[in-house]
Amino acid sequence: MNAITKRPSSLTQAQFHYCPGCGHSVVHRLVAEVIDELNIKDRAVVVAPVGCAVFADKYFDVDSIQGPHGRGPAIATGIKRAKPESIVFSYQGDGDLASIGMAEIVHAAARGENITVIFINNTIYGMTGGQMAPTTLVGQVATTAPKGRNEKLQGNPINVSEMLAQLKSAKYIERVSSDSAPNIIKAKKAIKKAFQNQLDGVGFSFVEVLSICPTNWGVTPLKGLEFLREKMIAQYPLGVFKDLTVANKEGK
Amino acid sequence: MPKIEVNETRCKGCQLCTKACPKQCIEISDTFSTTGYYPAKLAKQDCCIGCGMCFQVCPDIAITVFR
Ligand SMILES: Cc1ncc(C[n+]2csc(CCOP(=O)(O)OP(=O)(O)O)c2C)c(N)n1
Ligand code: SF4
Repeated sequence: MNAITKRPSSLTQAQFHYCPGCGHSVVHRLVAEVIDELNIKDRAVVVAPVGCAVFADKYFDVDSIQGPHGRGPAIATGIKRAKPESIVFSYQGDGDLASIGMAEIVHAAARGENITVIFINNTIYGMTGGQMAPTTLVGQVATTAPKGRNEKLQGNPINVSEMLAQLKSAKYIERVSSDSAPNIIKAKKAIKKAFQNQLDGVGFSFVEVLSICPTNWGVTPLKGLEFLREKMIAQYPLGVFKDLTVANKEGK
Repeated sequence: MPKIEVNETRCKGCQLCTKACPKQCIEISDTFSTTGYYPAKLAKQDCCIGCGMCFQVCPDIAITVFR
């Protein structure tokens, strides 16, 4: 009998510090498997965010830098431009990317930087204890919206993928989910494409992954998955919002 | 017969694998591990079909699937 599954070699042996069931852990595995499969471990650079994934550099066995809150896309821009042979990815949560870092992600996409961005949307600030994020659903409870997000007071969630897809220089934008084995397999395909695009010189590639934060939602991981499927996907439909991959491969 | 092995020091007892297994072969132990969680275990003999669904959903890469 043979093992048909293994820990990707682009992960260190360190135990993830994430909470039980957290979507970050699943996405770390997917990204590491993609790095293994594309054989880019020696060239990959992770830009870790501020948020629960702040220690991503402990887990990815690749070069790394941890940036100020929300500035990942700007840092990734600098690394990629200075060292074009590196394969640079910015890994960010929704507080990091869509609140304090909104300017950086929009402008990196507008400039069409040839970088890969992995965006974990769990509708909340995880690390700091469950404050409302721009992605928090209307009616969803957060410590800063104890009665639930009120459209009249706090407005509506920002659908980052749809928004970035409007920018001419963004090349590949997809939203996937980490809620089930089939969706996780699809998520990996999207992540692989977002890295392959960088290798092919396609340009700005962005994958949003819907994830659970059971701890700050105050539910069990299994209940969290139900919330993701029933509530989150209604606000954040899965799918490809933009794909100019073929048209933009270098040399075409 | 295919089987899974659960690394008890990595498993955090999140239970996601128990729902992902199409054959419901996985249950949660009633004794806790050295890390203080109630880990998953392959609860039924000759149940696993080696599909790897539990591996896909396991956040902590605690499951190895054998076939
Ligand atoms: C300049 C600055 N402002 C605020 C904070 C506090 N802070 C740390 S993490 C975080 C939000 C993280 O949320 P998110 O990006 O959604 O990631 P998650 O923890 O959910 O993965 C905030 C506001 C900080 N560290 N630095
Ligand atoms: S607080 Fe939320 S996002 Fe942070 S590790 Fe826990 S489950 Fe994951």
